[in-house]
Amino acid sequence: MGSIIVNDLKKEYKSYSSKWGRLRDWWGISKDKNYKVKSILQDINFTILAGESVGIIGVNGAGKSTLLKLITGTTQPTSGEIKVDGRVAALLELGIGFHPDFTGRQNVYMAGQLLGYSSTEIDSLLPGIEAFAEIGEYIEQPLRMYSSGMQARLAFAVATATRPDILIVDEALSVGDVYFQAKCYSRIAEYKKQGMTLLLVSHAVMDISKQCDRAIFLKAGRIYSDGPSREVVNMYMDDLFGKKKVQNKNGKVQQLNLTAENLYHTRPGYLKEEHRWGQGGAKIIDFLTVSNGIEYPTVINTNDKLDVYVKILFEKDFEHISPGILIKSLEGVFIYGSNSYLSTKGKILPSAQAGQVAVYKFSFNLSLNEGTYLLSLGLSAGDPTQTTDPIDRRYDSILLKVTNHSHMWGLVDMQAEFMQVEEFFG
Amino acid sequence: MNFIKLIWEYRGFILGNVKREFQSKYRNSLLGVTWSVLNPLSMIIVYTVIFSQVMRAKLPGVDSQYAYSIYICSGILTWGLYADIILRSQNMFLDNANLIKKINFPKICLPVTVLGGALVNFSIIFSIFTVFLIVSGDFPGLPYLSLIPVIIIMMILAIGLGIIVGVMNVFFRDVGQFFGIVLQFWFWLTPIIYPSSILPESLRPMINYNPMASIVDACQKVLVNGIYPDWMALLYPACLGLILCVIGLNLFRKHIGEMVDEL
Repeated sequence: MGSIIVNDLKKEYKSYSSKWGRLRDWWGISKDKNYKVKSILQDINFTILAGESVGIIGVNGAGKSTLLKLITGTTQPTSGEIKVDGRVAALLELGIGFHPDFTGRQNVYMAGQLLGYSSTEIDSLLPGIEAFAEIGEYIEQPLRMYSSGMQARLAFAVATATRPDILIVDEALSVGDVYFQAKCYSRIAEYKKQGMTLLLVSHAVMDISKQCDRAIFLKAGRIYSDGPSREVVNMYMDDLFGKKKVQNKNGKVQQLNLTAENLYHTRPGYLKEEHRWGQGGAKIIDFLTVSNGIEYPTVINTNDKLDVYVKILFEKDFEHISPGILIKSLEGVFIYGSNSYLSTKGKILPSAQAGQVAVYKFSFNLSLNEGTYLLSLGLSAGDPTQTTDPIDRRYDSILLKVTNHSHMWGLVDMQAEFMQVEEFFG
Repeated sequence: MNFIKLIWEYRGFILGNVKREFQSKYRNSLLGVTWSVLNPLSMIIVYTVIFSQVMRAKLPGVDSQYAYSIYICSGILTWGLYADIILRSQNMFLDNANLIKKINFPKICLPVTVLGGALVNFSIIFSIFTVFLIVSGDFPGLPYLSLIPVIIIMMILAIGLGIIVGVMNVFFRDVGQFFGIVLQFWFWLTPIIYPSSILPESLRPMINYNPMASIVDACQKVLVNGIYPDWMALLYPACLGLILCVIGLNLFRKHIGEMVDEL
């Protein structure tokens, strides 16, 4: 229970030039086609196993919502097949099945009936739904009085009143406040433990990398990539922000070739699952981390100084370059990122010539709590005040392990001071 | 058979829908459900006063003072249910577009909801009419029960036609407009206001092609004359109704996928 198998799926819409054309087509009067075929999805193949959490990402119009509608069975595929095993609860859009003139409670009954519950079942689920939605007295008010967040609360509470085998969430949680989102995600996590399959569509890629082990990146109606969510999210971000730049004159994405003098991948802490991209012209060929006089430390103490050296081989002349770093949590949360321009407040604007090998250093106090983090190194070219071109980016290429001898909560050690004072404004 | 299983599984939704539709009609009114009693009551009173008191209209061969008003009411009430079902099913997919586009539920629930909703209204109206019959001493007695199969046959006919019109209306809105006109003509081509005996001899066989004529005639026979309907005459509307249902369900099955995309 809970698996989804999609085989060679294709979805097209017929777009008729006129109503008369459709009429002729209906009665089979004319032999020519009276419509143009608009392709929404094609060559979609994937299998989601029970208990997997899969994110679906892509720009608007990539076909995400259509794919979800096909999986829920709301629309039918043009060809191909979809096998869905188990009970599906879908939060496709805000306020589904909700009637504005009826009270929240009446709407709960309607939504519940649509999910196939009987009235007595809903009777017994109602207290739990009301408690989870936390909308209080509003449950007796007509739905048009609700804010969009309140509708989302109610919709989520109904859809997840019992554990579905598959939960599909399409942006529905984004209107809720942070508190409610956290509450939803904790319920999702609880159900996931019990074996629920999760399908999540969100433009908040952080949510995808946090909630999902796997992600599918849809681009123009096809699967562009399908794999671990961290990697796929990176590809998506690149595609979103670096698309035009990564393409060279042939319009093809240029893959960077590793060369013999490249030692980067031999260094301790290097992650071969790194995501490397860029348009080329220079290569990040080596790195060095130093803390407490130790090179490539296996573990770094919280708040110790860390030096990160980056060695770059330039193959072209660059007027302006800016090396950069980025630290992420394993869940993909961006914790800190900077580059030469930002770190020096624009005082240092390096340039480079073809054939040159240069080394740059970033130094900072690693005020992160105990845990494992991902370090990305990158090089951009161009005027840093304008948009820059990605030359070589090595995302999530180095693993940083941090240990903390004192206790604290959270990700970042802000080194709070505490004292007793005489007055409020001392 | 599949349809029947689905309908049974979603009976909660269907019943809830019928209830909600009924509630929403009188949601913001003070008198509420009373209106659904007052409306048909006023109609019965108007016809009775006008035809039996003011015009003193008499049906040939029937003595009762109220005969003509009973004749009209029985025709209009049955026709009312018929038209109600068709007009509702004409828009059932359009009105529920939001639901259809977003949620996967058996769409076959919609025509069943239509039948349920129309039947609730009809029951209210018809109960009032029945009370009137009892009070005026015109209650037909046992033949009254034979109205049940007659109404069922009419509902089959109506929903068969309704599904066809409803599906087509999604793709061609003209169908809805056109059917409004068709129903107008159909009403006057059925002996509801006038008795079929006033038709010229040459036209009378033509009236047999109208399936509603024999249904309305059956109701009038029961309610006005207190006799059992001519069952053989009802065979034609019953068969036609079943054929239309088969055509309608096939059309529905064939275009349901396309319909979701079109809405």
